[in-house]
Amino acid sequence: MDAAAIHSGYQSHPTGPMRWLTSTNHKDIGTLYLWFSLSMFLVAGSLAMLIRAELFQPGLQLVQPGLFNQLTTMHGLLMIFGAIMPAFVGFANWQVPLMIGAPDMAFPRLNNWSFWLLPAAACLMLSSFFVPGGATSGGWTMYPPLYIQGGIAYDMTIFAIHIMGLSSILGAINIIVTILNLRTPGMKLMTMPIFVWTWLITAYLLVAVMPVLASVVTMLLTDRHFGTHFFDAAGGGDPVMFQHLFWFFGHPEVYIMILPAFGIVSTIIPTFARKPLFGYVSMVYAVASIAILSFLVWAHHMFTSGLPAGAQIFFMYSTMLIAVPTGVKVFNWVATLWRGSISFETPMLFALAMVCLFTIGGFSGLVLAMVPVDVQLQDTYYVVAHFHYVLFAGAALSIMGGIYYWLPKWTGHMYDERLGQIHFWLTAIACNITFFPMHFLGLAGMPRRIPDYAPQFADFNMMASVGGFVLGASQLLFLYTVIKCIRGGAAAGDKPWEGATTLEWTLPSPAPYHSFTTPPTLEPDNHHGHA
Amino acid sequence: MNRVKPPFSIALILAAPGALAEMAINLPPPATGIARDIYDLHTLVLWICFGIFLVVFLPMFYALWRHRKAAGHAAAGFRDNTRLEVLWTVVPVLILIGMAWPATQLILDMKNVGDSDMTVKVTGHQWRWEYEYLDDGLRLVSNMSTPRAEIDSGRPQSAHYLLEVDRPLVVPTGSKVRLVLTATDVIHSWWVPALGVKQDAIPGFIKEAWFRVDKPGTFRGQCAELCGMGHGFMPIVVEAVTPEQFAAWKAGQMAGVATTRATAQAAIGKVFSIAELMARGEQVYNANCAVCHQSTGLGIPGAFPAMDGSAIVNGPKLAHIDRVFNGKPGTSMQAFGKLLPDQDIAAVITYERNSWHNRVAAPDNIVQPAEIAALRH
Repeated sequence: MDAAAIHSGYQSHPTGPMRWLTSTNHKDIGTLYLWFSLSMFLVAGSLAMLIRAELFQPGLQLVQPGLFNQLTTMHGLLMIFGAIMPAFVGFANWQVPLMIGAPDMAFPRLNNWSFWLLPAAACLMLSSFFVPGGATSGGWTMYPPLYIQGGIAYDMTIFAIHIMGLSSILGAINIIVTILNLRTPGMKLMTMPIFVWTWLITAYLLVAVMPVLASVVTMLLTDRHFGTHFFDAAGGGDPVMFQHLFWFFGHPEVYIMILPAFGIVSTIIPTFARKPLFGYVSMVYAVASIAILSFLVWAHHMFTSGLPAGAQIFFMYSTMLIAVPTGVKVFNWVATLWRGSISFETPMLFALAMVCLFTIGGFSGLVLAMVPVDVQLQDTYYVVAHFHYVLFAGAALSIMGGIYYWLPKWTGHMYDERLGQIHFWLTAIACNITFFPMHFLGLAGMPRRIPDYAPQFADFNMMASVGGFVLGASQLLFLYTVIKCIRGGAAAGDKPWEGATTLEWTLPSPAPYHSFTTPPTLEPDNHHGHA
Repeated sequence: MNRVKPPFSIALILAAPGALAEMAINLPPPATGIARDIYDLHTLVLWICFGIFLVVFLPMFYALWRHRKAAGHAAAGFRDNTRLEVLWTVVPVLILIGMAWPATQLILDMKNVGDSDMTVKVTGHQWRWEYEYLDDGLRLVSNMSTPRAEIDSGRPQSAHYLLEVDRPLVVPTGSKVRLVLTATDVIHSWWVPALGVKQDAIPGFIKEAWFRVDKPGTFRGQCAELCGMGHGFMPIVVEAVTPEQFAAWKAGQMAGVATTRATAQAAIGKVFSIAELMARGEQVYNANCAVCHQSTGLGIPGAFPAMDGSAIVNGPKLAHIDRVFNGKPGTSMQAFGKLLPDQDIAAVITYERNSWHNRVAAPDNIVQPAEIAALRH
């Protein structure tokens, strides 16, 4: 395609702010999602820095207990709804149409709306720090009756969650329709790239559970202001019912944040092992089983709430069962590496670290699934360690790996490999220094969500804080590396990764503003969406 | 316990792995049969996980080393192996069954609250625990005893900083103690690691748990469910003593209750001076009210109202007494009528009405214990 063609006809679009405000282009919107996610990641991360600073030593030094609870609550909410989920939607926007040979998302205007809801919700949530009483401090899980006690910030958070939930549902519908209808001729469901599969299943999870979250926070709102007693025993309600409803959303939510990560890792590992993904079919079935099982395990978040023995046993068994498909995924990744021709570029390093560290998070999940052990560990730092291994080492490392993997396609430039590697090693080491000691803290008896602690927990807290500061600072290097790559660098060429096989690598880099306006032709021996 | 010196402890962690043995990295030593079973189950699961980790990741790291491109390894083309796939689905299921069996047994054990020797009702309040020996009608309120000033100084000194209380829960060894738990405001969770008990205390509902301590000792724990600003400051201390000591302790407590009641009764008849009430009131205020309303009386805007200049504090006496005595449902404001004796309530109200910029005109500036006692009938 020559330069004249790029700048004429349908390739033209508004420039400046209007380009981004009015864009219906999946690549622009994907970029918006990713920048939004990165900025929320840095904001929520700086809240975590304050938390770690307060916990550096026993005694209250920097932050009073009320503000401390605001920090932990907002760190959780912003990381989940602002950083991780939008990052994956950003990947879906960029990559799903490119990987299935579609010209754009199925509903481009809806796509614009889905994104622009998010900054509005984030503003609402962040501005709640400045209202009387400060931000929400009842924990990201919002348990009543504590949540009923809060001030105006609690209502702002409820509305922000409504808006973010709406954005997620609309985005998910768009992704489902795109994948089911816009695949290039010849690409069957069971030959789609695995990343597309993981997102298809994730999108169904989103459509199924985000309305549950919206309903349950609405019930909180009416309990707070309109005289209902859904969660108030004095009026015939039950505070534990909130937990059931919340975790019916909350557990699938966990998989919403990890299945696309599986998709990214399952894309990166075959590329750098130069060998097809081992057991594609069982990988798809494993993701589907995890998704289905995720609806049957919610009460394992409530083992100390006083469930009857029968319920505890049922939810223990169903939770343990999830280890089986999750294990299948890990085994298949190892088998993909086996007898490959492996190289260690930055995306591959992130993917490999994810496999190892996510597995640690999986093991601690198995430990927590055992009801009697969970009774000791519920609401301690062990749980904090567990979900950071799953969400930081699992989701965030995959997101970073995915960014390095596709940046050349998105920008047309290679990222700085040396900086990428430094960023990787800093992140991987600091992440373990931060989160590994938390297992010990939890076992030794330190509850989570406390602003001050007994001196016997001092050493590991200091270690976690030092690790946390390095981890936080390393992400500034990430930001620099990404910006440097956007501004210039070695030309990437159509396909910088020797082992890459999916359709996006048949396009020039950077991918043209409009791509696959006519569906690409798959080769007859096509396997799994490989061009 | 010495305060930790930052550079020193970092050096300790980095330079001397032997020092790690000094730091708690596992569940605390169990003091009950259940806690011991939990400890063993955790150890079993941990070793199984460790074994699986090696079985999975040794081959992976072998492949990363031997099958690397830099060593000139060419990629094989295989993409499937049904036998392997079946194997690594079935084997984990068998391992899981092996883990589920002892866990199920233990759950049934933990849930068996029958045949108990005594029952204690545990009530969670923001932010203190209340214990009631249901068989004897003995009731006590347990507050954290670490001074607020020590916490705010940022320099912990107490031996059991944050894990000490004014009145512990005392239980006899060898007895099966059944707990019935509830809360008055928000959800709390009663957790003592060495006893192997963690049970949420939920307002409006009664939940159960039990423990049987083998040997005398003091066991410390904390509230485990986020319950607001004071969540980090509502510790639990359980003292297990021999049955003889327990009987003696109980007799002493019952006698103490009678004395306290007599003193309280006498106090009702007595008219205190404003100086006496103010002095007592300041102590009561700092122990019970300052967490939210602050020792400056300024509160936390938007979250906890100021006492300084408050309309209720400066208004009619009865409304002020009502708020302290009955609390404000739906907020952290407790019904202190249930928690504090009459003279303390009278003192703290008097203190509030005459402190900071509050100068209520006489005679409404003083509340006597008799006025509180009148509400109890």
